[in-house]
Amino acid sequence: MLAKRIIPCLDIKDGQTVKGVNFVNIQSVGDPVELGALYAEQGADELVFLDITATHEGRKTFVELVKRIARELNIPFTVGGGISEIKDAEALLSAGADKVSINSSAVRNPQLINDLALNFGTQFVVVAIDAKNYDGHWTVTVNGGRIPTDKELFSWAREAEDRGAGEILFTSMDHDGTKGGFANEELAKMADMLKIPIIASGGAGNMDHFVDVFTQGKADAGLAASIFHYKEIAIPDLKDYLRTKDIAVR
Amino acid sequence: MNIVIIKYNAGNIESVSNALSRLGIEAEITGDHEKIKAADKVIFPGVGEASTTMAYLKKEGLDQLIPSLTQPVLGICLGLQLMCSHSEEGDTPCLGIFEEKVKRFVPQPGMEFTTKVPHMGWNTITKLNSDLFDESLDNQFVYFVHSYYATVGEHTAAEGNYINPFSAALHKGNFYATQFHPEKSGPIGAKILENFLKI
Repeated sequence: MLAKRIIPCLDIKDGQTVKGVNFVNIQSVGDPVELGALYAEQGADELVFLDITATHEGRKTFVELVKRIARELNIPFTVGGGISEIKDAEALLSAGADKVSINSSAVRNPQLINDLALNFGTQFVVVAIDAKNYDGHWTVTVNGGRIPTDKELFSWAREAEDRGAGEILFTSMDHDGTKGGFANEELAKMADMLKIPIIASGGAGNMDHFVDVFTQGKADAGLAASIFHYKEIAIPDLKDYLRTKDIAVR
Repeated sequence: MNIVIIKYNAGNIESVSNALSRLGIEAEITGDHEKIKAADKVIFPGVGEASTTMAYLKKEGLDQLIPSLTQPVLGICLGLQLMCSHSEEGDTPCLGIFEEKVKRFVPQPGMEFTTKVPHMGWNTITKLNSDLFDESLDNQFVYFVHSYYATVGEHTAAEGNYINPFSAALHKGNFYATQFHPEKSGPIGAKILENFLKI
């Protein structure tokens, strides 16, 4: 039985892990390699490292960090942030990343999805979508949820799949940081439309939220950050709990 | 121990070398025929597309070299598929070390949205039948990423089940192969790599 995946997400700035609530008030919570190795040991199924550094110097630091992560970790990991062309992805993949995640750059230049899929295979390409509900219309946003685009969530998700995305990482900006549960209705709708796996993100606050996202939300993987970083939920406890609810986990 | 990882036009070869480093082994990544022949053990990893990769192996003469090797050889992921007789991916004749054929996963009608392709993530292996494995590994989770699979046959050394049963590992003489990625499969994967190094 294919296991549902639990994926801690680490936001990286200048080589350090950070996580903001609703992407503001960023606080530093540790060394990414150390934290990643700890999560791997605790049973995390994959890890996501998002570089939120904007500077050129910061980018170089991130590539070096990815090399260290690849040497230390024995589980798959995805890296994202600042990938706007093939050579950015190439640098991260040759540093040892298993997958790359693209978000705003795919919205600006959808062809990037095709190009990455063609060059590296669809399984390397995760398309991250941040969306917000504006008066009943789920709208794709960029810049950490601050700027709405002209794209509608579900049609963009399908376009991303058609262009060669291997997975969709969907974050509901209305749920992110609230700890009130995932956007299960929208996730389920997306799962019924797409033939590629969906990683749910935004809203995890307790263990039942993961049960709900795998059952009602039909997600293939659940991603969270602060609840793991601040030790509100320990991954082994979460896996045990999911097992008691008959959800296949590793 | 002299371990060689075959270098060719496939992705993520470094991750195998990283996994060996974590076990205290520094492997050499090379396409040099003499070095490959002289190695104690050879690893043939890979992520990529079958037909372009086979074309590359032919250009480099590796399609002749690999089946002629006599030391233990471990194929991983695409490596396993290329060691089979034929792949549906690009309708590609492969190395023919294993008679098993490589087919694409086809979900049952109506199941396209619940059994997604690629088969991506952690799944269990059973019916273990090779010195790559020991009893403690039965029903353990390992990491898979693939859209094509080798059929179950005479040389199946472990079975996986996704949409249908498939060969999670193959073994014939000195040739071993895993469809999953031991280098990304946590402590279970490390154990399998260690078992290979002990052969």
